[in-house]
Amino acid sequence: MTPKRKQKLFVILGLVSLAAIAVGLTLYALRSNINLFFSPVQIAAGEAPIERQIRAGGMVKEGTVARDPDSLDVAFTVTDYVDDLEVRYSGILPDLFREGQGVVVVGQLQPDGWLKADQVLARHDENYMPPEVAQALEEAGYSPADYQAKAAEVGERLGAEAVGESGN
Amino acid sequence: MWSFIHKLGSPRWFYAISARLMPWFWVAAALLIAVGSVWGLAFAPADYQQGNSFRIIYVHVPAAFLAQSVFVGMAVAGLVFMVWKIKVADMAAAMMAPLGAAMTFIALFSGAVWGVPTWGTWWMWDARLTSMLILLFLYLGVIALRGAFASRDSGSRAASVLAMVGVINIPIIKYSVDWWYTLHQPASFSVTSRPTMPLEMWAPLLIMVLGFYCFFIAVTLMRTRSEILRRESNKRWVRDLAVEGR
Repeated sequence: MTPKRKQKLFVILGLVSLAAIAVGLTLYALRSNINLFFSPVQIAAGEAPIERQIRAGGMVKEGTVARDPDSLDVAFTVTDYVDDLEVRYSGILPDLFREGQGVVVVGQLQPDGWLKADQVLARHDENYMPPEVAQALEEAGYSPADYQAKAAEVGERLGAEAVGESGN
Repeated sequence: MWSFIHKLGSPRWFYAISARLMPWFWVAAALLIAVGSVWGLAFAPADYQQGNSFRIIYVHVPAAFLAQSVFVGMAVAGLVFMVWKIKVADMAAAMMAPLGAAMTFIALFSGAVWGVPTWGTWWMWDARLTSMLILLFLYLGVIALRGAFASRDSGSRAASVLAMVGVINIPIIKYSVDWWYTLHQPASFSVTSRPTMPLEMWAPLLIMVLGFYCFFIAVTLMRTRSEILRRESNKRWVRDLAVEGR
């Protein structure tokens, strides 16, 4: 490689790494804004604004979905296995909505701590499987979504962070 | 090995070598995509939660893979052109851009179609979807920038720089689902880890991914060959080719 080409290569690599650092710092500064949703532990720690449009995410807690038989009203609890958030919604739920499923809820946090939802979106995990496999897993006593373990781990990590931050 | 790469840098040699390689990639692409789509759409099992809408994965994931790989390819070609002044690399980069933009669009569109039945929305400003949209704009920017200069050389250099800087977006797309909370689920398919689905689901997906890559290579070779003829049309060897009528 001639010295001139070498110099050019270093100039280009230097420019690209400077741009990468700039983008990296920007993303780091905006990190809380890039998160699509607040986790219940963040809401419990008071990080989410009240009575403004926010998104909250987590798993629908088993055994908490209560439907009103006369209307489309539904109430359920969203959990990250550390803290819980009560959600009330009136409308049609997505097909994938069920207990133990990941959801993102769009709505306003009320002063007394529950969330009035305008929209409920279902998340799903990357573990695709045929129905027979899911059934076999369930019969063997496993839950099809080992996502739950991961969610709990993330929840714990956030819980530790929230405690650390309030400590400062 | 090095002499082979050096030869590829010469338009004339590239033209000769690609003529021999191209048919193989076309055949492989046609076979793989035919087998993969029939297997994936008709024979692979449906998902336990999503049912048949899961099958969109067989288009969505290969298109998204290619959208990112083509951009990396374009940036590497840009680097080779800028540092070593190899014109074939610039021609290849110019020919890759529209295909990459098309693949990005397919990934976004199939993702939106998939999002309606599963998530309940076709668009959400989450980190994965937004960074992918930025990738589409980067592609369009590279294409537009190349054409925005009076001299072809300035356009080539500007497009190369944008491609090299824009490549920073690729790791952001890849890790967006791990770094931030997103609506999009984490990767189901990667080189480094076990697939998150059983064999009868990921085998057709792997075949589709390979088929898309072969298709991309075949299209790029074909388009670069015609670009070589266009740019080198005043060279002796091209005129000889024209006289021979091949």
